[in-house]
Amino acid sequence: MQAFTQHQGLVAPLDRANVDTDAIIPKQFLKSIHRSGFGPNLFDEWRYLDHGEPEQDCSGRPLNPAFVLNQPRYQGASILLTRNNFGCGSSREHAVWALADAGFRCVIAPGFADIFFNNCFKNGVLPIVLDAGSVDRLFHKVEVTPGYRLLLDLPAQTITTPAGESITFGVDAFRKHCLVNGLDEIGLSLQYSGEIRAYEARRRQEAPWLFVDLESA
Amino acid sequence: MKYMAKTLYDKLWDAHLVRTEADGTTLLYIDRHLVHEVTSPQAFEGLRLAGRRPWRTRSMLAVPDHNVPTTNRRLGIADPVSRRQVDTLDANCAELGILEFRMDDSRQGVVHVIGPEQGATLPGMTVVCGDSHTSTHGAFGALAFGVGTSEVEHVMATQCLVTTKSKNMLVSVDGRTGPGVTAKDIILVIIGALGTAGGTGYAIEFGGEAIRALSMEGRMTVCNMAIEAGARAGMVAVDDITIDYLKGRTFAPKGELWERAVAAWWELHSDPDARFDRVVRLDAAALEPQVTWGTSPEMVAPVDACIPDPAAEADPVRREGMERALAYMGLQAGMPIGAIPLDKVFIGSCTNGRIEDLRAAATVVRGRTVAPTLKQALVVPGSGPVKQQAEAEGLDRIFIEAGFEWREPGCSMCLAMNADRLEPGEHCASTSNRNFEGRQGQGGRTHLASPAMVAAAAIAGHFVDVREFE
Repeated sequence: MQAFTQHQGLVAPLDRANVDTDAIIPKQFLKSIHRSGFGPNLFDEWRYLDHGEPEQDCSGRPLNPAFVLNQPRYQGASILLTRNNFGCGSSREHAVWALADAGFRCVIAPGFADIFFNNCFKNGVLPIVLDAGSVDRLFHKVEVTPGYRLLLDLPAQTITTPAGESITFGVDAFRKHCLVNGLDEIGLSLQYSGEIRAYEARRRQEAPWLFVDLESA
Repeated sequence: MKYMAKTLYDKLWDAHLVRTEADGTTLLYIDRHLVHEVTSPQAFEGLRLAGRRPWRTRSMLAVPDHNVPTTNRRLGIADPVSRRQVDTLDANCAELGILEFRMDDSRQGVVHVIGPEQGATLPGMTVVCGDSHTSTHGAFGALAFGVGTSEVEHVMATQCLVTTKSKNMLVSVDGRTGPGVTAKDIILVIIGALGTAGGTGYAIEFGGEAIRALSMEGRMTVCNMAIEAGARAGMVAVDDITIDYLKGRTFAPKGELWERAVAAWWELHSDPDARFDRVVRLDAAALEPQVTWGTSPEMVAPVDACIPDPAAEADPVRREGMERALAYMGLQAGMPIGAIPLDKVFIGSCTNGRIEDLRAAATVVRGRTVAPTLKQALVVPGSGPVKQQAEAEGLDRIFIEAGFEWREPGCSMCLAMNADRLEPGEHCASTSNRNFEGRQGQGGRTHLASPAMVAAAAIAGHFVDVREFE
């Protein structure tokens, strides 16, 4: 996984609450069996005026001029600023893959849906929760300041604004550790194989019905 | 040791701890891993690239459901991209020895219907699947939640998940519901009350007399949509209804093991003095049949109400959300729910594709015909066994004679990954779980309701109160 330490980037605003993962990456693109290639279809139904299909070349498709991320001033943005409950709905990790593939390294919101929030950390994308007031102020700054960039520092847990203001944010210690070091979580968990086996041995005694094998009769 | 009162969630959590770090990060053991074709290929590929094998293949049950056609299966899958995804699942399961109900297997169906149906979901289990509606299985007194594909791979490789404990919420639905008010209406009211983010960070236990009175099918409907209130997991305590449902199912324990299991399952309830971080109480007698009018499941109203006016909403973010929803849905504030024009109806999904749901819809439909103004009325059973049972009871004839199409099992128009979908601008009365923009097809407009309500809407051509439906 790509490590996340410091990152400075352009901020793009998506001013709506409850952005669901169906909107982030519509279902037809979930038919892929790969982890990459979702970037051109990020927010597909909002971003384009026509209907998109998987494995289609998106370069000639008509863009929706009313969609904020299509504005020239937000091209190349890597930090998405949005409202509460971002990533709600389906568990599709394709939503995070699409954001990452489109160049987003961070999403800032007053709150995230749980599964999406988890999925971010597995893919080198940092979800930052800020209080609604701070998010409101950032929306205003982005609106009035072309080229508005933020400096993110995960080890220090700070966001620095162009004016030099520092905003601190919280993050779970273990998630931070994995993200800062780009660690393979499976490898970490397998270090505890002995404990997993010991647990299984005990549970097989206590509750053997949990270990009935699933196989064709 | 001092007695500590525990919630059901506390008990399930504690029984599955492999290890816990100082910051609360926990390695949680997973008993059952359900797999479908959409969220698994990258996980299988990740395992292969890392040279790893699944930890316990016999804990896994796989099924293709999202991409499968609901028409003649013998013709295979027309869309080559969909076909490749299903073929990939078949190949991965064959290679690793994972039990899979393939598309042509009589046991195939929506993953959250077949797990309980086969007795693969049991009380006291931890159950995961790369699918947010895994919360369904919590109806059995299990801890069940959806995970992303990286976590699917993690569970395959380690039989564990790295996670942290959620907070405890109790939603108690006190008293009894009136006639015509179903499990679907109960959960829609709960989502409306909590909001779609109200349950974020919580595991919700559903309790109270109205929940206890529900069948397993009804409890699954309620738990299925816990995620629509933001909670990854929903659950219901074990009782006779749970145990009666499971007895004799294929993978449920048998003989002496069954007796031991049942004795243990009786402990799967919250202690009387257990502490919840949040308690929400609803009066069941006051509940009415519900219909969603917007693009989030929290945008819901009783069938006899009118669409609310965004101008009356004080919060600007919420107001804008309502305005955007009405524009997308092509509806106006103040319009009666019954005046919403309908183009299609869909009965099915992991929320309401079980036998009881089909019976409820058939009871309304019997001897009547679908309104001529509707372009399509679909019934998609949740699984092969549900379909066979419905046909044995003659429900298929009732639907077909009324003008419904009787289809093969799958996710179908709930998320429109197969050929079943809405055209832009079409309104659909649907028994599914999400009314997001484009969910049932780009530009499609979804109205969520119970099977009986959707059946009544199919006959009348618009939403009507099923309690007054003659």
